[in-house]
Amino acid sequence: MANGISMERVEAIIDSYGAQRSNLIAIMQDIQAEYKYLSPQVLEKIAEKLNIGVAKVYSVATFYENFSLEAKGKYIIKVCDGTACHVRKSQPIYNAIREHLKLEGKQKTSADGLFTLETVSCLGACGLAPVVTINDQVHSKMTPEAMVALLEQIEKEEADNA
Amino acid sequence: MPEMTREMLQARRANAKKALAGQKKQILICAGTGCIAGGSLKIYDYMKEECARRGLCVHVNLMEEEGECSCGDNSVSMKKSGCHGFCEMGPLMQIEPEGILYTHVKLEDCDEIIEKSILGDEVIERLLYTLDGVAYAKHDEIPFYHKQHRVVLANCGTTDAEDLNEYLARDGYVAFEKALFDMTDEEICKEIMDSGLRGRGGGGFPAGRKWDSVRKQPKGKKYVVCNGDEGDPGAFMDRSIMEGNPHSVIEGMLIAACAAGSDEGYIYVRAEYPLAVTRLKVAIAKAEQAGLLGDNILGSGFSFHLHVNRGAGAFVCGEGSALTASIEGNRGMPRVKPPRTVEHGLWAQPTVLNNVETFSAVPLIVRNGADWFKSIGTEGTPGTKAFALTGNVVNTGLIEVPMGTTLREVIFNIGGGIKDGKKFKAVQIGGPSGGCLTEEHLDMPMDFDSLKKVGAMIGSGGLVVMDEDTCMVEVARFFMNFTQNESCGKCVPCREGTRRMLEILERIVKNEGTLEDLDLLEELASTITETALCGLGQSACKPVISTLKHFRNEYLAHVVDKHCPHCNGAPKVLKIDPDKCKGCTKCKRNCPMDAITGEVKQVHVIDTEKCIKCGACIKGCPFGAIAEV
Repeated sequence: MANGISMERVEAIIDSYGAQRSNLIAIMQDIQAEYKYLSPQVLEKIAEKLNIGVAKVYSVATFYENFSLEAKGKYIIKVCDGTACHVRKSQPIYNAIREHLKLEGKQKTSADGLFTLETVSCLGACGLAPVVTINDQVHSKMTPEAMVALLEQIEKEEADNA
Repeated sequence: MPEMTREMLQARRANAKKALAGQKKQILICAGTGCIAGGSLKIYDYMKEECARRGLCVHVNLMEEEGECSCGDNSVSMKKSGCHGFCEMGPLMQIEPEGILYTHVKLEDCDEIIEKSILGDEVIERLLYTLDGVAYAKHDEIPFYHKQHRVVLANCGTTDAEDLNEYLARDGYVAFEKALFDMTDEEICKEIMDSGLRGRGGGGFPAGRKWDSVRKQPKGKKYVVCNGDEGDPGAFMDRSIMEGNPHSVIEGMLIAACAAGSDEGYIYVRAEYPLAVTRLKVAIAKAEQAGLLGDNILGSGFSFHLHVNRGAGAFVCGEGSALTASIEGNRGMPRVKPPRTVEHGLWAQPTVLNNVETFSAVPLIVRNGADWFKSIGTEGTPGTKAFALTGNVVNTGLIEVPMGTTLREVIFNIGGGIKDGKKFKAVQIGGPSGGCLTEEHLDMPMDFDSLKKVGAMIGSGGLVVMDEDTCMVEVARFFMNFTQNESCGKCVPCREGTRRMLEILERIVKNEGTLEDLDLLEELASTITETALCGLGQSACKPVISTLKHFRNEYLAHVVDKHCPHCNGAPKVLKIDPDKCKGCTKCKRNCPMDAITGEVKQVHVIDTEKCIKCGACIKGCPFGAIAEV
């Protein structure tokens, strides 16, 4: 175990794809689905099992926006900034979240490790613009106020469970 | 399981048809991404439970074989349908055979719906769609639907998206059967060529010619690839087809495989469309069970295996050679062409690559004939086109109209006009690779060729409507920011050029640009367009070029006036507070423009037409009576 990642589980995922090189993207997607990010150890393990260079694995992992090499929060918030959401004012929602989570500069994950804030080009739910997803659950026709209320609700639930 | 034969498939279809015809009350609940977000799945579960509790026999699947139920009139069929397209009004519930469409349905409405419309035959007026005081009971009478021509989307919203039997009952896989048993590969290609079907992904290349090129390649491994990487922000037609009618895509790909001589295919879907991936995987598993995919299909000797690949968030992967690179597990970067994908595609083998909407039109063409297809649309571009209508328009949603329909028809008749009674300014067509169309283009027919002439393109079919309050310079900056982010970095013009253009646009939006910047933008745009490696770079500048052409005055507002009425609000003026002014005449004497009038000991007034806002009066006023408001 390293950073809560089970290397046995990682190997099992790689093996479920027959350790085939062409499945590199799918393998990384499945591992990330489980651990929310790809640690250096994971990338090295993939390279070893697929018999390719670590640089090759990194090159693919860094090319695609969906892969993260940094640990993420428990809740991943994605604010859609596709055209339709943009013209229906998604930016103020994004700003409200940053302010509420006290994110500064390039910081994406809140200090308590609860939330990670990202933007996405288009979720294809333009009829519901502006759209925000939290752990893939879609919240439609959002406003900055509704967004903050939602965050407070999650924070409260988390505090109650703790 | 015994090997499926053509006869067995036909028998299954006949049974499915009988079962469908025998269905009495049907409740279709929209299970597209939009309505699910509105809570439609909870409504589905509740309706199912509550109907059962009230003693109705609830069917969730179309009955197969001899499973005829004895419940008679007491039955109700529950279906999760694909996207109806009327996302603005969701969650949607349709009740058949009456064809009633309920909008904005909530959990609290379910009891009343069961009571009145399922057990009884009453219509609940308050849940109907209402326009200009008229409540529309029937789904197809609603202007939004009435003015459309739904062909590819016909089954989206009216059938259960996950039920293969229901697809079969609506003549599903009839076209594939015909292609497989009754047509040669050459005949299939000819039929598609005759139909004039052009790729719906943006380029508009004739699909039949593409297939025929692959067919003519030497025998060997060939692939059929479906591009479901619908990356244009503001477009979601392909998502809706994959979610709402996945078998039509599979059938189209099977027919392409018959024509091109391929035995393996891939569907590449955006990572942002998890529901589409699930529905396709379910559909593929069901088709495999039914012997429609796999080895020796229906005993014909023809084999076809189909895989689903998920993208990982790279817009450039919508480009053919980048997409195949991504399927191979590499960085999704385009390569220099020729050779084209038809010769040198996936794993360097000849490949048929079309998008979702194109494939899903294929079964209809093969079943109904090329002449039927040509009877719709325009001469150069037959058929229909699905558009995602979004932005500042009343009815956002998914629509399908014949090619050649005018923008006015789409935005004002189907879309219901501009939101909040505002004025129409422009529509961005074809996403970040397209251009904007203005008032003067409203009556132009929309098809591949007419749009190309005015520097726009259909692209994949996203229509983002913008009202009078939108700043077009900011829109151009928005799109440039998008393409700049998505530039893969392989070629210099796109990697460096788009970054410089973005910097200039950012400067202009902040009112820090100069007139020279506009010339520089135009120069960069033409260089990038001519020299970029792939379609992404070549079309990246279209939004800038077209906004510079049609909305130059808005650029000038930012550059010359340093004040954009859309971004910076109404222009400020200097005003004298009459309560504070003592009439000392100092401001009048200080003003270099003679813009201030007033007599001694009288309140003075500034003529805003003459005023240049130099501020000399403010500084000089001993009473603090002058301010910018």
